[in-house]
Parts: sequence; structure tokens; C-alpha cells
Amino acid sequence: MLLLTCPCCGVTAEETEFAPGGEAHLKRFGPGSADEDYESYMFNRKNPRGVHFERWRHAYGCGKWFLAARDTVMLEVFGTYPAQTTEPPAEIVEKIKARRPDWEGYA
Amino acid sequence: MPRYSAFAIAREAFRQHKGWGEAWKSPEPRDHYDVVIVGAGGHGLATAYYLGHRFGIRNVAVIEKGWLGGGNTGRNTTIIRSNYLQDPSAAIYEKSRALYETLSQQLNYNIMFSPRGVMMLAQTEHEKRGYLRTERANALQGVDTRFISPAEVKKLVPIINLDGPRYPVLGALWQARAGTARHDAVAWGYARACSDMGMHVIEQCAVTGVESAGGEVTAVNTTKGTIGCKKLGIVVAGHSGALADMAGFRLPVESVALQALVSEPIKPCMDVVVMANTVHGYMSQSDKGEMVIGGGADGFNNYTQRGSWHHVEETVRALVETFPMISRLKMLRQWGGIVDMTGDRSPIISKTPLGNCFINCGWGTGGFKATPGSGWAMAELMAKGHSPLTDAFTLSRFREGRFIDESVAAGVAH
Repeated sequence: MLLLTCPCCGVTAEETEFAPGGEAHLKRFGPGSADEDYESYMFNRKNPRGVHFERWRHAYGCGKWFLAARDTVMLEVFGTYPAQTTEPPAEIVEKIKARRPDWEGYA
Repeated sequence: MPRYSAFAIAREAFRQHKGWGEAWKSPEPRDHYDVVIVGAGGHGLATAYYLGHRFGIRNVAVIEKGWLGGGNTGRNTTIIRSNYLQDPSAAIYEKSRALYETLSQQLNYNIMFSPRGVMMLAQTEHEKRGYLRTERANALQGVDTRFISPAEVKKLVPIINLDGPRYPVLGALWQARAGTARHDAVAWGYARACSDMGMHVIEQCAVTGVESAGGEVTAVNTTKGTIGCKKLGIVVAGHSGALADMAGFRLPVESVALQALVSEPIKPCMDVVVMANTVHGYMSQSDKGEMVIGGGADGFNNYTQRGSWHHVEETVRALVETFPMISRLKMLRQWGGIVDMTGDRSPIISKTPLGNCFINCGWGTGGFKATPGSGWAMAELMAKGHSPLTDAFTLSRFREGRFIDESVAAGVAH
């Protein structure tokens, strides 16, 4: 059972109170974009074995979307942060580097 | 290798069973093979078997990171059915179900196929309408299914509670020729048959890289050295993303955990497989008497081969409503496997951007039932560059918008 802290309302709760929303920081490609970009945006995912940035929604709480950094093998949650970002904030990256020295970094 | 038969059992009984020998050999890898298959699960071994059996390609190695059949092949709920909605799915799953019928004789290995029948309960009006549609589609596809009434459900499954508090049973989609098989035996049988044809099944050999030249695959780097190959087949289910990364392409796949559990063994009480997709639970009774229970998948990316408590609770709560007599059963074991989910919940059996490299993945929550058909089709694709069964399951279908949408047709539970 994951324990997540919603950065919007500050509540820490079990994962059943949240709804997962897939990979975070996807760049949207809409009408008029190249087929490859649109396919990549719609379907192709990093699906890493290790550090993963992902979207969650505080479904049974404040209802807001937020982002989380989590390890998909150990299920360790490195931290959560607001959804209004295009890449992981520096303090989350530092936290991950401290826990996973061999992590390749966010790219 | 010695043939298994009633006579062989009698012969071995007279010599303390010392003459059986190994079911398959464990050789050291050679420098080069015509075909290397990564992943010695059911699908990988079936691919190798049909490469040899149908196309005479026997210079083949199947390499495996862990032990044979130790991934999802040994972690599923062993259900075999083919009542899918879309034509390409019905074709490959029905081929698979048909191959299962004679697989024990074909492999000379008892896979304990039991065509006991699979029933998918309709517990809402929408689900009922959906299954009626599937029944009609199956009739056109030549798949033998029938929508049955609640009274017929009760006759087939006396322990069921038709008037559940939340979701009464309104009928069921019944496939009489579907059933179960011993999952480990499927992998073991294929491995033995492959070894018998002179193929190498190499366990404890992890792939660490893929080498290519001029856009074509030339070799795989492994923990047992570099192994050259003319053709490479990647059949590694939940870890497909990692292998694709090594081969230099991305997949429309996400890995999540799917779990199952079994109860303590009890006397025979249910001789069919019952799936209740609305409430996310399915159950059958194994030959040992355990109730084998499966539920829904996790929603988030996950590589831990274990389940989570709240899914167990959710699944069991739903099944207790449908089968009140199991309420006091103790659960013996619980486990999870990593399943590779695609956007349309249909598999990918395809060429890849890397030349002579083929991939078979994305079976999601329903791979076991497809094992022989998947191997049959993948082998044809690898040998001939084309197979009628795999034409629709290409990697490029996502770009082209030709989805095979089974997430609605098949429900969540497989």
C-alpha cells in the first residue's frame, strides 16, 4: 500500500484514496503535428524499471491532480509536487539522487 | 529422450524410477544460432517449438534470465477461452484453444487440459447486452459460445448466489469448450520438445544488450557471453520495455502488477470456471481442490511481482457476494505477476524498427490462454516474415489508428 501526500491539500493518505493517472510531464502533440509525435504522445511510454514520474489524482479528497516521483521496483515514493510543472523540481531530483546514486537522471 | 507412456511408467516402476533422465538439457550457449528467442516462458518456448516443428528451423536458442516458466507462465490462473469480440483476437485465441485440445498428445507431455467450460457472468444490463453482442460476433467467427439464462447458470454452478445484493446474475456468456490447463506443464512440455529437437534452452542467462549492424540485429550480449543470431525474437512480457530499450525502440506498453490467490483445498464444489467482470473477480477449482481466485490489475506502473492487500480484499469481497459458501475459506497463497498492457489491451506480434528483430508482447492480463496460438503465429512471422494471424497485431497499428479494442469486449479480468 502506497502512502502519498497530496501537495494541494497536504493530506497524507493510503493509495486507495488516490487514482493513478499514468506518466507525467508528457508533451502534448495535437492536431497538425507529425504522426510520430502524435503516436508517441498518445501511446509510447517510458515504463522504466526504477524511478518513475507519474500523475495522481486525490480522488476521494480534494479532487486535485498532482505529480509524484516513485520507484516502480521498490515502490518507494520520493516525493509529490504540484502538477503545474513541465519537469521534476530540483529538490525532488536531489532527493532521488541521494537515494539512487546510479539513477541516470530525468531526460 | 524416452517417450512418456503407460508402458514407460510400468517399466520404470520395476527399476525404482531411475531411467527417466532429464526432461530437457541445460547446455552452455554456442557462439551463434540461426534464431535466438529471449524469454523461456510459455510464449517463447512455443515460438521455438513451432519454428522447429512447422518450419524445420532447429538451430535455435531460448535464453532466460531466471528459471524456465518462472514469470507469468507460472503466475496466472490457467484459464483458457476464446470468446473475444474482435475478429483478429477471436482468430488467434481460437487457434490457441484448438491447439490446447491436442497439445498433450502433440508434446507427449500431460498438460492436464480440462475443457470444463468458462462462464462470464452478466451482472448489469449493459454487460448482458455486451455479451449478447459477443455471442453473435462469436457465431460469425466460428467460436462456439452461447448466452445462457440465470437458471442454466444455477444448474452449472449450484454454489452460486443469483440474487446478490449489489449485482444479481442476469445470465452468462458460456463457452463449453473453454477450460483450464496445468500452466507449468505447458512450459515444461514445450521445453522438453524443443530440447528433443536439439534446441538449446539456456536458463540463468540475462540479456544485457542487443548488437546490430546496418540496421539489422547481429547478436545479443548476455551474462553468459555474446551470442550471435540471424534473427532475434523478444518474448519477455512485463520486461519488454527494457529489452526494447536495448534494441533501440520504444513500445506502447506499460507494466503493471496483476495478482491471484488460492484458498485451502476443499472437496469438489464447482466444475466450471466463473468470471465476474463487473465486480472484478474470477474463480475456478484446481484439481487439488483449491479455489483459484484472480482479480483486477493495479492502476500504476509496477515491477514488483507481488500483489497488494486492498485488491485481495476487493476481489474476495465481490466473490463472497456471488459465492456465499466461500466466506469462511482460508487463503493459502497470494502472488503477483508483471503484465504488459497496451493502449488497446491487445497484444503486439510484430516486426520492429530493428531489422530481423521481432517482438511478441502486450498480452496484458490474458497471455496464458494464448500460449500455443501465440507461438504458432510468432514462429510463422519469424520464419516467413508474415502470418495471417499476426497481420492485425503490428506495432504500427497505434500510429495508423487500427486498434483492436478489447478493453471493453473482454472486461478487465482475463
